[in-house]
Amino acid sequence: MTGGYNFAYLDEQTKRMIRRALLKAVALPGYQVPFGSREMPLPYGWGTGGIQVTASIIGADDTLKVIDQGADDTTNAVSIRRFFAKTAGVATTEQTGAATIIQTRHRIPETKLRDDQIMVFQVPIPEPLRWLEPREAETRRMHAYADYAVMHVRLYEDVARYGRIATAYDYPVVVNGRYLMRPSPIPKFDNPKLDRSPALMLFGAGREKRIYAVPPYTPVKSLDFDDHPFTVESWDRSCALCGADDSFLDEVIVDDRGGRMFVCSDTDHCRGRRDAEQPA
Amino acid sequence: MYVAVKGGEKAIDAAHRLLAKNRRGDPMVPELALDQISQQLSLAVDRVMTEGSIYDRELAALAIKQARGDLIEAIFLLRAYRTTLPRLAESLPIDTGAAFLRRRISATFKDVPGGQVLGGTFDYTHRLLDFDLAATSGADRPVEAADLPPPAPRVLDALNAEDLIERAPVDRGIAPPDLTRQPVEFPAARALRLQNLARGDEGFLLGLGYSTQRGYGHNHPFAGEIRAAEVVVEIVPEELGFPVAIGEITVTECEMVNQFKGSPTEPARFTRGYGLVFGECERKAMAMALVDRALRAPELGEEVAAPAQDEEFVLYHSDNVEASGFVQHLKLPHYVDFQAELNVLRKIRAGTADPGGAEDSPAMTEAAK
Repeated sequence: MTGGYNFAYLDEQTKRMIRRALLKAVALPGYQVPFGSREMPLPYGWGTGGIQVTASIIGADDTLKVIDQGADDTTNAVSIRRFFAKTAGVATTEQTGAATIIQTRHRIPETKLRDDQIMVFQVPIPEPLRWLEPREAETRRMHAYADYAVMHVRLYEDVARYGRIATAYDYPVVVNGRYLMRPSPIPKFDNPKLDRSPALMLFGAGREKRIYAVPPYTPVKSLDFDDHPFTVESWDRSCALCGADDSFLDEVIVDDRGGRMFVCSDTDHCRGRRDAEQPA
Repeated sequence: MYVAVKGGEKAIDAAHRLLAKNRRGDPMVPELALDQISQQLSLAVDRVMTEGSIYDRELAALAIKQARGDLIEAIFLLRAYRTTLPRLAESLPIDTGAAFLRRRISATFKDVPGGQVLGGTFDYTHRLLDFDLAATSGADRPVEAADLPPPAPRVLDALNAEDLIERAPVDRGIAPPDLTRQPVEFPAARALRLQNLARGDEGFLLGLGYSTQRGYGHNHPFAGEIRAAEVVVEIVPEELGFPVAIGEITVTECEMVNQFKGSPTEPARFTRGYGLVFGECERKAMAMALVDRALRAPELGEEVAAPAQDEEFVLYHSDNVEASGFVQHLKLPHYVDFQAELNVLRKIRAGTADPGGAEDSPAMTEAAK
């Protein structure tokens, strides 16, 4: 399949166009830059934005990690990792610490990231105001005026209805005190990891043709109210495999009698903890 | 017991093998050849070329074969291939008026210069299953090939001569925007909208076009002319400086004549809706022309009230490769987000727990999105 295709699939002109969009995105933290998204050999909605970003920044000496739901061996993560192993021949890894580029869907690894690492997020809907205003022409205007009152009203409606902010993932943030941004559908548990992260965070939305970025060490604030401060999920149990009580847990149904177990969503983090416990 | 999904890699390989097996079907049945597909399923090939945005019968046939006849999947295959191709040249605008006709009908005049040419159409067939086709005798009677009727002037040009219809837009020499290279911005130019509609899903446009006929953005259409024709594609190589024909393609064009419009300063004229597709995708060309006209509402001073008139709605949702991908991405795991929602839902319920133990509180129904 690789025969006849350029390194990392995209032609160099396209990569240059995407890199220009990335530079603009880095210069305007949280601002959605339109770009000429290409049709990829993987379906829209399955990570084409992230794949195009990764393809544009990856070099022969990079080491790539791909996760979906925090795990390296979910089918779509496997498929994307193989795509780059095949089209770019780059080294791949499952270890967060060993990766130079981490492409992700729905999670940020538990392991602290470094300033020599880049996170690439797959974004389904980049526009944080989309459920409140379906029209792109209108939402662009709202961003231009930093008119985000509707989002505060929406969060307030949650408080009025449920006594708390009920948004659990894709929790809206303000980047560098200016642009309202969708962090992609990561659980709000991961939002604090965006704040002043040493790693560059790049977001690619292929179908919606937008790129945005959070540069290293940029303040990222999750929206909240003084009397309803932002909080993250917590579980009243710990990982059944590694015992972690501070990581995001997946719930697994183990029988038809209501039996449940909770395990780390970040498979590399979980394995690392287990290996450290019983070296053998 | 730990039951979370493992071994994704093996599962994917096995799925690919099974897919190949299913595609081939019973090995006792002869395998389809590409020329059989392009010759005998020619309208499927036409649709895949149109919505795949590439005129290549053989590649479209290959895509249909590989996709097991799933045309949207075939369109996707073709698009993903197309995106890797270099742009060698831009063609001159094709001239459908100078084209040899396969079919040409007008619903607005009983007769027109060049005549009505029915062509090979389903239109007046009785939709009775032809059981003779069930048996492949291998002895098909060859149908005598008639010469294609010569070029004929376009019907709307006759109206144009009388100044009764809005003039075709003047070519101001501005390069049209390219939907596949730049992201769409709104309001979109008509050229960009037409590109989008030409690639748009036939079913989606058919439904939208139909909705305009039923009052959702009504614009009184008459099928001024529908023509299927063989047109020559020409380019002007830089080193030569004059047009050179590089090939011939079949296109179907639909020009709708719509509700006239005038103002104190402008005499009333009919308005236009335009559709153009590869091959003989006539239904699509007609639907496209209806939607094109509906989308011109703001330009023609009409209120934008119906979905077919709303360019963001139409342009963002007409592409079946985008739509198919995003609808089907719901198959991907979402358990992290679902867990996050479960967490919130359980906390809300714990906070509002009814000691009587109400199972379903109506306030909860909105929590998932």
